[in-house]
Amino acid sequence: MNDTSTVRRLATRAAEATPPPVVARVGGLGDRAIAWLFIAPTIVLLLAINIFPLIWTIYLSFTNFRANRPNAAVEWLGTRWYTSILTDPDIWAAMQVTARFVVATIVIQTVLGFLLAVLIDKKFRGHGFWTTLILLPMMLSPAVVGNFWTFLFQPQIGLFNYAVSFVTGLPPSSFQMLGDVSLAPWAIAIVDTWMWTPYVMLICLAGLRSIPDYIYEAAEVDRASKWRQFWSITLPMALPFIMLAVLFRGIENFKMFDMVNLLTGGGPGSTTEVASISLKREAFEKWRTGYSSAFAIILFVTVFGLANIYVKALNRVKQR
Amino acid sequence: MKTLLASVGAVGILAAALAVPATPAAAQGKTLTLCWAAWDPANALVELSKDFTAQSGIEMKFEFVPWPNFADRMLNELNSKGQLCDLLIGDSQWLGGSAENGHYVKLNEFFEAENISMDDFLPATVYAYSTWPKGQPEYWALPAMGDALGWTYRKDWFENPEIAAEFKEKHGRDLAPPKTWDELKEIAEFFQGREIDGKTVYGAAIFTERGSEGITMGVTASLYSHGFAYDDPAGSYKMDGVVNSADAVAGLEAYKALFDCCTPPGYTNSYMQEGLDAFKSGQVAMQMNWFAFFPGLYKDEQVGGDKIGFFVNPGQKVEASTLGGQGISVVSYSQNRDEALQYIKWFATADVQKKWWSLGGYSCHRAVLEDPGFADTAPFAANFLNAMGNVKDFWQEPAYADLLLAMQKRTHDYIVAGQGTAQEALDALVADWTETFEEEGKM
Repeated sequence: MNDTSTVRRLATRAAEATPPPVVARVGGLGDRAIAWLFIAPTIVLLLAINIFPLIWTIYLSFTNFRANRPNAAVEWLGTRWYTSILTDPDIWAAMQVTARFVVATIVIQTVLGFLLAVLIDKKFRGHGFWTTLILLPMMLSPAVVGNFWTFLFQPQIGLFNYAVSFVTGLPPSSFQMLGDVSLAPWAIAIVDTWMWTPYVMLICLAGLRSIPDYIYEAAEVDRASKWRQFWSITLPMALPFIMLAVLFRGIENFKMFDMVNLLTGGGPGSTTEVASISLKREAFEKWRTGYSSAFAIILFVTVFGLANIYVKALNRVKQR
Repeated sequence: MKTLLASVGAVGILAAALAVPATPAAAQGKTLTLCWAAWDPANALVELSKDFTAQSGIEMKFEFVPWPNFADRMLNELNSKGQLCDLLIGDSQWLGGSAENGHYVKLNEFFEAENISMDDFLPATVYAYSTWPKGQPEYWALPAMGDALGWTYRKDWFENPEIAAEFKEKHGRDLAPPKTWDELKEIAEFFQGREIDGKTVYGAAIFTERGSEGITMGVTASLYSHGFAYDDPAGSYKMDGVVNSADAVAGLEAYKALFDCCTPPGYTNSYMQEGLDAFKSGQVAMQMNWFAFFPGLYKDEQVGGDKIGFFVNPGQKVEASTLGGQGISVVSYSQNRDEALQYIKWFATADVQKKWWSLGGYSCHRAVLEDPGFADTAPFAANFLNAMGNVKDFWQEPAYADLLLAMQKRTHDYIVAGQGTAQEALDALVADWTETFEEEGKM
């Protein structure tokens, strides 16, 4: 037996031991087909739980369908619900409440979150402890937060009223955070800020930590003041992250439901009735499925449109 | 000998087993699920139903949901054709929708076959809890739990000589349970902010809840007394000039005045439980609540017994009370329909109804309510009879949820948030209700 035959024999064995290519095993399918095969389950799932419900909701929004009357005839109403919603002063009032809530919370949370991030970015004693403490509210369930803040705001026994009373000298029972039309929206903003400012802080912190040290070192060499460094380096370079935080909080607060529902239920009167509370009432209390589908589509288009405009602005900032 | 004893024993056991009549249901091991709200009378029903199990061999399971979630939970269950509940004690306002959407079993044939007569029950309760369309002899439930809105007061405070003397000096009349809404407000104002036993107390706990039905149930107590009607003539859906009449405006203003002057701080989203808490903690002189809670309050160690008194909803122009209470229905999606009907048959008997009242449930059976000694059976029994004699209920239409939510919004906006006037609130309500009835094809 010579070397050549040994090599051939070994090559044959190796060839026998090697599994056939994937293409051969699946009956001659091309790479593209196999790729489709792999992503098909995901696409089917996506179609089933996202796309189909969206299309179905769009269809329902043109009908008088009510989920609590499955046997009733479904009539095609055209754009009646859309016209009705867009001309309904109560819906516009709810949209205004939502807009005020979104703007107020975003402004407060962004300012506070960024300031906290700047503070946490510095190295100091107990740094880890304070970071954990600040992040705690974010880790709580909104149901828990809503319930315990309801107690904190209670005019007769609530700690919040006693704290305000201690600072201002006002009697604790003389003001009602959840029952007063002028204070209730602020009560919700306070709770939302308490819970979600740490989230904004985390994103801003990521932005601050992504700024390379050499830029500051160069600024030091150029004798730029700390204030100048902040305005010319820190803020512009962290801006995309801040804008991202604003986008996330904006979308979240636009569809805010749980906290408002637990704290005020939309009251007093309709003072804190944000769009999602109105939508829930129409969909699951009045069971006006067609109407609420149209309302949901309008909300979706609004958020989607605003988010798209915002993302374009964000991309422009990132490119600078 | 041992073998002989064993044989005799075996024969004895076999004979004993044959001697006990096995009920068919016991042999099948059936279990019925009864759904209701989680409150005091539900505990009484658990106790009562043990007799049914003993008699029929059918086990009973209970699904009790807290009141704030009761309607959402149960209506979702019915709308999704769920089989959780075989029997449901549902609110009177659900009757129209549940009958028209096929959620409840129609009981006419069953009542006829089993000789259950609706004449045995108080007519007002049959009308409210059983019939759809209203007043027609088409029955979808058996009156199960009579209830109406009533009031409790701190009898010990009212009878305190110093307080009573001060009130008489100020108002020129005795401090006694109010007969009108004007008197009610006068008394509430008198107690508001007063120091009693070293604590600041308040006038009255009334319903102001926004989320479910609270403020509507409370405000209608005032509206009905001031002469409010839903439509005129009844059944015509003619609401303009009726729902927003001068009487209705006066009723709404009276309720707002009571809210503004005389409720505890922060009492802006309160219903039954908050009222009970305020009364039990000694915060308020008077409390609006359902009669269903009165047995429990009377037994309360802190504020019950001699310290508590009861009065029927005060009149103003007419005597009227807001209707509570429920009928018991068989859910049409139940897999145990025969057993559920068996429970209804058992529950309809006079003896069971008497025991139901004795345990703390409010029977609607005439054998109980028209018993000459009934008024003396509890300190609130006479008031209950009085209230049930002039109850009024909210719309029971299939679209009742739309109608209720509109009223919740309009009344809460005006009373609690202080937006607009009573006339504007009721005008807006007429517009909302008109839109709903037009959508329903009834106008």
